[in-house]
Amino acid sequence: MKAELNEQALLKGLANNDSKAVEALYQRHFSMIQHFVLNNNGSFDDARDVFQEAMIALYEKVQSNSFVLTCQIKTYLFSICKHLWLKRLHQIGKYSSPLLVEEESISVEDDLVAFEKQDAAFAIMDRALHSLGEPCKSLLEGYYINKKGMQELAKDFGYTNADNAKNQKYKCLMRLKKLFFTQYNIGD
Amino acid sequence: MEDIKLLETIEKYLTGEMSDQEMELFETIRKNTPEIDQMVIEHSMFLQHMENYVVRRNYTKLTKKTFEHLLAAGEWTIDSAVPSKAKMIQLWNKYKRVTAIAASVGGFIAVTTSALIMYFSPSLNGNQLLQLSKDIEVIKKNQQAQGHLLNEVKSKIPENATLVSGGSGFLIDPKGFIITNAHVLKGNGAIVINNLGQELHASIIYADKNIDLALLKIEDKDFAEPAKIPFTIRKKMSDLGEEIFTLGYPRNDNDIVYGKGYLSAQKGYAGDSSSYQIQISANPGSSGAPLFNDKNELIGIISTREKLAVGVAFAIKSNKIIDLIASVKEDDELNGKADVKLHVTKVEHAISTNRKVQINNLKPYIFSVRSYN
Repeated sequence: MKAELNEQALLKGLANNDSKAVEALYQRHFSMIQHFVLNNNGSFDDARDVFQEAMIALYEKVQSNSFVLTCQIKTYLFSICKHLWLKRLHQIGKYSSPLLVEEESISVEDDLVAFEKQDAAFAIMDRALHSLGEPCKSLLEGYYINKKGMQELAKDFGYTNADNAKNQKYKCLMRLKKLFFTQYNIGD
Repeated sequence: MEDIKLLETIEKYLTGEMSDQEMELFETIRKNTPEIDQMVIEHSMFLQHMENYVVRRNYTKLTKKTFEHLLAAGEWTIDSAVPSKAKMIQLWNKYKRVTAIAASVGGFIAVTTSALIMYFSPSLNGNQLLQLSKDIEVIKKNQQAQGHLLNEVKSKIPENATLVSGGSGFLIDPKGFIITNAHVLKGNGAIVINNLGQELHASIIYADKNIDLALLKIEDKDFAEPAKIPFTIRKKMSDLGEEIFTLGYPRNDNDIVYGKGYLSAQKGYAGDSSSYQIQISANPGSSGAPLFNDKNELIGIISTREKLAVGVAFAIKSNKIIDLIASVKEDDELNGKADVKLHVTKVEHAISTNRKVQINNLKPYIFSVRSYN
């Protein structure tokens, strides 16, 4: 099955959250990154983390309407991983020996800037959501992430009716927005 | 309580849960209340962030699960990938020479990431550098030619005329047709200045104050028509959050200025559907400057309005150029005078290019516009 999926089909699958596509990408390309990271001062867990980030970068690139990939998936993933790993080595002060590069890579600076921006926004949202406390966090997650209806949420959280749950949801949402934008505007 | 009701209304509006009647009413309120408009834009941004967050969170869960699953199935072994020493030595030898050069220049440790990458992908960067230096050669030559011209003509603005307004503009047809904002042209006459400082006579062909766009034509024997326009005009709407950049002349010294940012709302001030709201880091003050994405597509024209929040600007959507040219062509009085051919995006996924190369290619097509009486 693996071999039959060509690159375009893989990307299409990825755009549609197809777990088969994700699996195929891991099967095809993770060992390359594993080798690269292990050969450059890193551990298996580092390789896992760095590859995961590259997978997110690729996914978010595929999601945008203006998506265009000008190279092979393998080259793209490797280029992202290389940059991310270099950066991490710098951060932890482990970067000393010449970097061992076995694969072809391309310039992905613009993509990385976009990725880092998304990354920052994601982290801010995550922090904001977690510092909300309960029941706000679960209520908003129920509505926006699990896409539950107000009726159902009222039942889950023990509100007398959907209107009460809705009011509570908006109260929580206002707090979340405030938390988010305070951080977000500083960051920019 | 009031705040909650307002937030609920805005969310209903943004998620399309309003009836037509409610929608109409709300849009009237929005149009007349800048604070509400700002809240709508802010909330739409927030919902977008929320959506991105949810999408990424779900996807991350999927990748983690997939990884754990494959690992458990024995796809990889944690300690099998021992560093391949032989290969490392081989590669070290291969790059020893460049490394030695780097070390002799300034200590290898100090070499930055980007410099390293340059060493390891020599073909790519070599090419870019070549292209850049070529451009510099051309500019040098042009400047020499310019030097001669400058001795002869001082300025093409008539001696007793006074400058009344100015801004930026850009070529849309090699024959010399330029688009700018209507409000940039407050006088009767106009000249344009290219990125080399060369002044050219231009006539105002058409100005539409409603959409705030105008068409100029360079009419000057010194104008060297380029072979083609190096960008296309985007017909479709651009994505929220899309990265954009502009080249214009916001300063008086006639130096071209680059600024980059992103599209922050698909509607402009007070819900104006003919424009975008943009967030741009550099001075957005250059009215009439083109807005590009990284696919070499023109997506809008910066049109600065008064009372702006810092960093927030508005841009007229590129499809308005197409509308403008259509109405110019229908105007009988202008018959034949405005034979503009637009270069509109046909292929959806144009090839992405390096930003520096892109800017260098675009520069000669961006002009400073001065209007006088």
